[in-house]
Amino acid sequence: MSETILIRGARILGGAAQDVLISGGTVTEIGTGLEAPGATVVEAAGHILLPGLVDLHTHLREPGREDSETVLTGTRAAAAGGYTAVHAMANTFPVADTAGVVEQVWRLGKESGYCDVQPVGAVTVGLEGKQLAELGAMADSAAQVRVFSDDGKCVDDAVIMRRALEYVKAFDGVVAQHAQEPRLTEGAQMNEGTVSGELGLTGWPAVAEESVIARDVLLAAHVGSRVHICHLSTAGSVEIVRWAKSKGWDVTAEVTPHHLLLTDELVRSYNPVYKVNPPLRTEADVMALRKALADGTIDCVATDHAPHPHEDKDCEWAAAAMGMVGLETALSVVQHTMVDTGLLDWAGVADRMSARPAAVGRLAGHGRPVATGEPANLVLLDPAYRGVVNPAGFASRSRNTPYEGRELPGRVVATFLRGRATVMDGKLT
Amino acid sequence: MKRHLISAADLTRDDALLILDTAEEMARVADRPIKKLPTLRGRTVVNLFFEDSTRTRISFEAAAKRLSADVINFSAKGSSVSKGESLKDTALTLEAMGADAVVIRHHSSGAPHRLATSDWINASVVNAGDGTHEHPTQALLDAFTMRRRLSGVGRDLDGRRVTVVGDILHSRVARSNVLLLTTLGARVTLVAPPTLLPIGVEQWPCEVSYDLDAVLAKSDAVMMLRVQRERMNAAYFPTEREYARRYGLDGQRMAALPEHAIVMHPGPMNRGMEITAEVADSPRCTAVEQVANGVSTRMAVLYLLLGGSEPAISTDRSDSARTEESK
Repeated sequence: MSETILIRGARILGGAAQDVLISGGTVTEIGTGLEAPGATVVEAAGHILLPGLVDLHTHLREPGREDSETVLTGTRAAAAGGYTAVHAMANTFPVADTAGVVEQVWRLGKESGYCDVQPVGAVTVGLEGKQLAELGAMADSAAQVRVFSDDGKCVDDAVIMRRALEYVKAFDGVVAQHAQEPRLTEGAQMNEGTVSGELGLTGWPAVAEESVIARDVLLAAHVGSRVHICHLSTAGSVEIVRWAKSKGWDVTAEVTPHHLLLTDELVRSYNPVYKVNPPLRTEADVMALRKALADGTIDCVATDHAPHPHEDKDCEWAAAAMGMVGLETALSVVQHTMVDTGLLDWAGVADRMSARPAAVGRLAGHGRPVATGEPANLVLLDPAYRGVVNPAGFASRSRNTPYEGRELPGRVVATFLRGRATVMDGKLT
Repeated sequence: MKRHLISAADLTRDDALLILDTAEEMARVADRPIKKLPTLRGRTVVNLFFEDSTRTRISFEAAAKRLSADVINFSAKGSSVSKGESLKDTALTLEAMGADAVVIRHHSSGAPHRLATSDWINASVVNAGDGTHEHPTQALLDAFTMRRRLSGVGRDLDGRRVTVVGDILHSRVARSNVLLLTTLGARVTLVAPPTLLPIGVEQWPCEVSYDLDAVLAKSDAVMMLRVQRERMNAAYFPTEREYARRYGLDGQRMAALPEHAIVMHPGPMNRGMEITAEVADSPRCTAVEQVANGVSTRMAVLYLLLGGSEPAISTDRSDSARTEESK
């Protein structure tokens, strides 16, 4: 922590080149022509300096599915992707629905040292949607849980959802809803549309997401609470969130990198690497999501990093698990879809991938401006880099990326967690 | 011809006509006292069936045996598959045993495609029905039957009007028939209650109607699809009786068809549901003929995919890659 680092010539949020001095875990000086004898110097000409990324939606799989990811491997993947904090989803085995489990995950995060791990608590016991989990106990625990989610499953009972939204107001919590009407999506395999009809795969209609979001923004308004929408995936969902925000309701939403880039046309290959929940949608949805992220209707990018072992994808479509890893490619996909297209500048990226997710999660010390006196949670990236995604080089234990073989721009050069480099010269330390 | 038969969309008009013309030659074998050709001697055809389907399996089995191929029937029930073996491991096993062709029936849409495009196996893959996706050999035998009855051997189905009635949403037969019959020049109309039509069907190369009576008089062939009774429980239609009244083919409706029109059914039939006994047993119904034609058509497919008596075609990886690119 006591290391002194001088970053030379970095473009803070894409602005003019400046030097940044880090010492004692804090940004101590910003200017030009800085000198710091004895400091580790990072030459960063042409590189962009952003606040460390914050993920609201990460599946670290531990406890229970250490064959696909552990807190250690997942946080290494996060650091490699430029993240300094991740929210660990609750659908582990056992489910993170007690103070004991969230404290275990929180402690494993502390021990990993690569990235802060903020556990998400389950809304209901065992993600069953029937009985509220002890939300207060999780909030009061060492993990200080503020985000609650049954992600993977929808809190579909309107009364349970209403009570959860009301109850978490006591400790400024938020319910992050996985919006999926269960009856409309029984056996669903992919987006319902022209492609599903041709492929003979059971459809997951947009209305199954949109109807739940519509209900939940109305519920949140009614009880005066805040609600966060996980992995919003359709143009219709964007319209509903936009309307709710126009009413002044406390509604936030996230989009995944894959929903900003990929469409259901890829499912024609029947390659389960494209199987994900919510499913890949249409080109029109992708464009609506990009626009909504640009104009702020969608608050943040969240990876929904979902590691799966090889055998769960090396099979026929219906037998395959849903989900994609995303931590190590998120920033590149956002550069490709949002920055290189002119929809968002680097300050916008910092807002959508760091400041706003930290605000939704009430996470102290993250998502802060790059300024003197602020905690040195930072990511340095080279936007000029072009590389082909090769999952063999991933820090994650799993390889289920939909981008294998695809050229994407940008590369994380260094990540700093409270002044300590977790990544340096593009490599984990 | 490509190396695999996964979708009716893979077949050009020339491919389809070649199969149908070859099937005519194969049909002649059935009229001989010894119903056997030596063309696939020494080749191994595996029937890999993950779903119960006695009639399709024995049709492929008869087809392969009439071509003198060695036939291995691999049924998922009572095999290692029921003990949790993956499709991949099953495929690797068949590969190791030297299968030249794998005829696969699978409950999961896309499983044959996955088998053909994976690096698990080098054999030719024939889709014998995958989930609610496709059943291309059924479409071929249907086209073969229509051609014989309606337009004559050696010709395509130019201008023939084919009406397909029933559970289009879950029907692999309907999907393959729309693709193949359109390729062969026929005009297809799908008839079903709106609940049993897939989203996006308006983009298929066919007409859609909710009214069976409105299209009967304009049909050269009516294909009745099997409707599973359990669909009723998922609210696709209110009762069996209502379905039969609105979408079933009875004697009165059959009388509304043009004189030359035929009634087809891929089997097995639900008598009293989508088709009455009177229609099923009438001379206009080609259900039994379709079964016989199925053997000839599948003989043609296996013969053409496996190169007949020609030397074994190259099945190395580069060949597979080219096949994929050309799709």
